[in-house]
Amino acid sequence: MERAGVRLMGKKLLIHNDKVANIHTLDVYRAHGGYASVEKALKTMTPDQVTDEVKKSGLRGRGGAGFPTGMKWSFLAKPEGVPRYLVCNADESEPGTFKDRYLMEVIPHALIEGMITSSYALGANTSYIYIRGEYFYVARIVEKALAEAYAAGWLGKNILGTDFSHDCYVQVGGGAYICGEETALLESLEGKRGNPRIKPPFPAVAGLWGCPTVVNNVETIAAVVPIVNDGGEAYAKIGIGKSTGTKLISASGHINKPGVYEIELGIPVEEFIYSEEYCGGIRNRKKMKAVVAGGSSVPILPTELILKTAKGEPRLMTYESLADGGFATGTMLGSGGFIVMDEDTSIVKNLFTFTRFYHHESCGQCSPCREGTGWMEKILKKFLNGTANESDVDLLWDIQSKIEGKTICPLGEAAAWPVAAAIRHFKQEFLDVARSKKFVDVSHYDRLNKINA
Amino acid sequence: MKVTIDGIEIDVPKGTTILQAARMIGPEVAPPAMCYYTKLKTSGGYCRTCIVKVTQGSTANPNPMPKPVASCRTEVMDGMVVENNTSPEIIEARKGVVEFLLINHPLDCPICDQAGECKLQDLGFQNGSSKTRYEFKRREFEEIDIGDKIKLHMTRCILCYRCVKTADQITNDRVHGVIARGDESEISTYIENIIDNDFSGNVIDVCPVGALTDKTFRFKQRVWFTKPVDAKRDCKTCCGKTRVWLKGEEVVRVTARKDQWDEVEEFICNACRFDHKKKSDWVIEGPSPIHRNSVISQNHYEHLNELKVQIMKQQKALGFMPIDKQP
Ligand SMILES: Cc1cc2nc3c(=O)[nH]c(=O)nc-3n(C[C@H](O)[C@H](O)[C@H](O)COP(=O)(O)O)c2cc1C
Ligand code: SF4
Ligand code: SF4
Ligand code: FES
Repeated sequence: MERAGVRLMGKKLLIHNDKVANIHTLDVYRAHGGYASVEKALKTMTPDQVTDEVKKSGLRGRGGAGFPTGMKWSFLAKPEGVPRYLVCNADESEPGTFKDRYLMEVIPHALIEGMITSSYALGANTSYIYIRGEYFYVARIVEKALAEAYAAGWLGKNILGTDFSHDCYVQVGGGAYICGEETALLESLEGKRGNPRIKPPFPAVAGLWGCPTVVNNVETIAAVVPIVNDGGEAYAKIGIGKSTGTKLISASGHINKPGVYEIELGIPVEEFIYSEEYCGGIRNRKKMKAVVAGGSSVPILPTELILKTAKGEPRLMTYESLADGGFATGTMLGSGGFIVMDEDTSIVKNLFTFTRFYHHESCGQCSPCREGTGWMEKILKKFLNGTANESDVDLLWDIQSKIEGKTICPLGEAAAWPVAAAIRHFKQEFLDVARSKKFVDVSHYDRLNKINA
Repeated sequence: MKVTIDGIEIDVPKGTTILQAARMIGPEVAPPAMCYYTKLKTSGGYCRTCIVKVTQGSTANPNPMPKPVASCRTEVMDGMVVENNTSPEIIEARKGVVEFLLINHPLDCPICDQAGECKLQDLGFQNGSSKTRYEFKRREFEEIDIGDKIKLHMTRCILCYRCVKTADQITNDRVHGVIARGDESEISTYIENIIDNDFSGNVIDVCPVGALTDKTFRFKQRVWFTKPVDAKRDCKTCCGKTRVWLKGEEVVRVTARKDQWDEVEEFICNACRFDHKKKSDWVIEGPSPIHRNSVISQNHYEHLNELKVQIMKQQKALGFMPIDKQP
């Protein structure tokens, strides 16, 4: 994208056809070039060549951690006679993240095509799409698309007359955020309680039913399609440095145009928030107060730090730029759940909402997360009840520090980081709330708890 | 494989965990373990009390590990360097873990049947803080019967998963598990009374706290008023080697024998545990080894007294004069 003079629309690879009528059907998808990557891969490439293209593309996992996908694939153990699996993580439950839903809902065949091409590269004859329980209607859409793909011979035995056979299944989760953690997902897929596994072994060696498994996010798998079609190098030309390609961003909060946007990695954060092409600025002509850039677990940043790094350089929508300055002054791209808050937002209340979520979603296996998340929620409730003391801020800080890094899975960190960041950047607000002893009614939140109980 | 823990080097076989290696060195460097259990596969990793700092991963890759690791689930590498009690960071982190385990645990040890042999009491005493920072209502549950011999009081449970693994691995029907999520998790048998198995009683022995107790013994005696002896009988179902807890001539309780780390040596059957409560049922082998720091050791004092009398008798016979009586 040229930024200095003429402004071009950003390049789109995943949802460029999202406005095409009936793009969710096989016929229309196919008419727009769909399933070309399957044809190209199965007929003209070896599995390793597909993996090589993914490596060259520099694609990084879109589920949150940003791990290089090609490298992950090359770690997959390939013992003789043992099946391998590809599992698509469509559990998307991080507050602020809804891009996978959009993709599956609008262009379900993009995911299925990616599943087939990726499975071919991995030598997996079976794959699963694990969709969160609350996306029940999305699962129906994907299942319908799967049936179409089977009927047209894109799935099943000897696809396109080659000796590659593949079956893909949809599994609906039971509605637990923790089942998005890849090993909890595998447990759940095996029909067990969704508790994260203790690693090692990693899924690449012993995953689903003890067999080598790759778990990838919906968007990661869908991105394999343009990578195979256009080649890894072409993909790597988009973006900046190690942040290659395009990324779906779920934009929400106090902006004029919330929604799912496909951006080229590398556009400035400021442009993303204020340009008409994307979020369209803060609604009601308010000022921006803070942004959570990558889903609720990543550190919140105040306006001055989200628009510019501590060094004063413009912050860009890349893995590296958002992380610039470490946690002291930076954050993470995460899953791309971009939540914007205006000047009227209470950071304390926001933190309570996030913390309450992590408490509710902790699987309860390990003591720091099981006990610590509930404790933090109770203390934050005191701030809203008008019963908090200034010393509670230090206590919160201490509790989060004792959770971070001491748990089985990263949910512990996901719960600790927002608390740490909110206090790091907005401590005064917490102290003011504690001093004011003002009562904020959040009893309506409890109603939800009762429904769940 | 050479591993150094708190400055002490030891050579251990491949596949040894840091915790096992530390135990081989001795109790002074062994991290506390609330959920790991040598005899239960896949146990450990949950409580996080055994966390240690790996300052050097191995000779081949000398980088430190970025986060503290659960020593019970981390295998040693050649040249690994580990800090446990020598790391102020670990001591502080462990204090945090102990606090987490205690915030929802009732602090009413005087009325808990496990008092005196509770691992959480020991842990709190050795690694915790003397006051609580938790000001909220603690989690509470109703007491539940698991069959007619076992009482479950979830209020005291620390969710170590040991009983779940025991039920899974020692008994043959999986009817025991965890329901609900997070801090609302509960140990359950789904249908409360369904555990009916020759080995179900072992869940009592593996429970580190007073969550699972023996209904035939519960509240009959404080454990420090009883005397444990190692005993055996011919049993067709299990090894028949048990620990019999005596009050005078009365057998008040039968448990499995436990080792230095308070882990069951061999699991025993319910018949030995619940149905043989006469001293004549048992061949007594001798007093059980009890750590001198345990309150239970006070019942060994009678032996100690006897020993002192014997020594004095011998000294007299040999014409020794006690040092303080010497001119
Ligand atoms: C608590 C928790 C929740 C997660 N939820 C999701 C999720 O909903 N979707 C997802 O793709 N990855 C999620 N992840 C990350 C996965 O564990 C895993 O890293 C990812 O699916 C890998 O795919 P990728 O390499 O394509 O990003 C979650 C991780 C944690 C710790
Ligand atoms: S960190 Fe939380 S969610 Fe993850 S395993 Fe531990 S208790 Fe479960
Ligand atoms: S009941 Fe006892 S053994 Fe079972 S999980 Fe709770 S504390 Fe552990
Ligand atoms: S003993 Fe290692 S985590 Fe519990």
